[in-house]
Amino acid sequence: MSEVMNDTVIPLAYLFAAACFILALKWLSHPTTARRGVRVGEIGMAVAILSTLFKFEIVEYQWIAVALVLGAILGIPLGLVPMTAVPQRTALSHAFSALAAGVVGTAEYYLRKPDLDATTMIALGLEVVLGFLTFTGSLIAAGKLQGIVRDRPWIYRGQNIVNLAVFASALTMVGLLVADPGRAVLFPIIIAVSLVFGFMLVIRIGGADMPTVISLLNSYAGLSASMMGFVLDNRLLIIAGALDGSSGFVLSIIMCRAMNRSFTNVLFGGFGAEETVGAIEQRPVRTVDPEETAFLLDMARTVVIIPGYGMAAAQAQHKVRELTDALLRRGVDVKFAIHPVAGRMPGHMNVLLAEANVPYDLLYDLESINPELPQTDVVLVVGANDVVNPAARTDQHSPIYGMPILDADQAASVIVVKRSMRSGFAGVDNELFYLDKTQMLFGDAKAVIGQVVDELSKLPAKEVAGR
Amino acid sequence: MTKTLEISLFIFVLASFLGYTVITRVPGLLHTPLMSLTNALSAISIVGSLLLAGGGESTMATVLGSIAVFASFTNIVSGFLLTDRMLGMFKRREAPSRKAATPEVGP
Repeated sequence: MSEVMNDTVIPLAYLFAAACFILALKWLSHPTTARRGVRVGEIGMAVAILSTLFKFEIVEYQWIAVALVLGAILGIPLGLVPMTAVPQRTALSHAFSALAAGVVGTAEYYLRKPDLDATTMIALGLEVVLGFLTFTGSLIAAGKLQGIVRDRPWIYRGQNIVNLAVFASALTMVGLLVADPGRAVLFPIIIAVSLVFGFMLVIRIGGADMPTVISLLNSYAGLSASMMGFVLDNRLLIIAGALDGSSGFVLSIIMCRAMNRSFTNVLFGGFGAEETVGAIEQRPVRTVDPEETAFLLDMARTVVIIPGYGMAAAQAQHKVRELTDALLRRGVDVKFAIHPVAGRMPGHMNVLLAEANVPYDLLYDLESINPELPQTDVVLVVGANDVVNPAARTDQHSPIYGMPILDADQAASVIVVKRSMRSGFAGVDNELFYLDKTQMLFGDAKAVIGQVVDELSKLPAKEVAGR
Repeated sequence: MTKTLEISLFIFVLASFLGYTVITRVPGLLHTPLMSLTNALSAISIVGSLLLAGGGESTMATVLGSIAVFASFTNIVSGFLLTDRMLGMFKRREAPSRKAATPEVGP
């Protein structure tokens, strides 16, 4: 009976789960089918876990039960976080999946040494190195996103050489273990070095690079799970890890392209590390008050809103939605332009606006909105900076040169909601702010947009259908 | 190279390509739910952790296995819950407000 279970039923259950996971990702390609994807993923997961519990190798259940209960106790609140906290929750979940891979690899090593063939030892070594470096790296990322760890990159001379040397030493020790798996003394050192390397890799990353780094850590966590599949000879794990790894990889590529930077540049470049010097020159800008802003927006036929991390930081998304509703009611055509790296993780702006009840058909990505911007009457920039800086197109010496941007400067007029004249993450001045067509609306985004909404409600009703 | 390893490598490479193809079709709109969903799915590593935690092989295996079960199950619960919540927030304009926004009636 238990043989039939182990040799036939469980492998088939795993195959079923793998198919479910692939379908889950396939259905995520459209918002209307996406929730079905979650359901099928849950079914696959439940089938895989339940059938595993029937394996005859499992002889005691008390610790499993304790771990499952604790996991649920922590998992439920983590699943209920507000949308603004999703980036740090995501970083934390990468830390957890990497930790799981790391400790399983560790246990397998001590249970099976020294009878580990070369390929298993390679997979096990990679699993442990990737697992533990992703664990500390993701914890630092989560700490930075939560504001516990300093957001500014921490940089010192010769850092790249030190980092590379640390990583190379971890790989060398794995190599020594492959040659002779009996060198157990090396194993704790590998773990320690990997933990240190993950810390050093992410401590030097600044806030605006987080979308890329989170994606990259996602990829490592997936790869580590896949390696665990090789060690345990479990193909479901290989597949799920490979799917997760390639997802993180695809997202990292998209993020890098959106910043016109390479992986090496993100990881070793220390972008935005230097405090800006000399760029604080005082140049005149035109300012505008909420009352006039309301009037200008109301007069426009088309308005494009460009949100950035500043909107999330000020928690202004609900006020932005109120503004959108008011303008739509008054017959103004409102659209949102979302830059791929706006916010702190891929797709961050989209979930924030969705939470605030902005319909997703108003959200446009870079490629589809840029051709429309020259015909747009007013662009309203809310807490975005580098992603609308025309220097990316024109100034070859600018650190952000070549980055695809939203062409806000092509619109008939621009209103920028901004706390102060401080430069963006890249530390470069933004020409957009000094254009004749640009007006600055200074203040806390949530407060000033609220005032604009109030001013709009005071304006006389107008004929909507008659344009 | 053993037959098992050969098959596993084939599966790994094919799954990676499949993942690449499927994931490039996910729109930027859904990249945050994508990340939380793949995260929940890769917590399938729990099946390996269960065998360690319940295998009774040694105290160390039980402890490390239980830690891994805990970490993976946290991701499973929070990952599916969060993804579903986020996806529930993505709504299209309802028909009436759409009409008001883009009036079909000409001047």
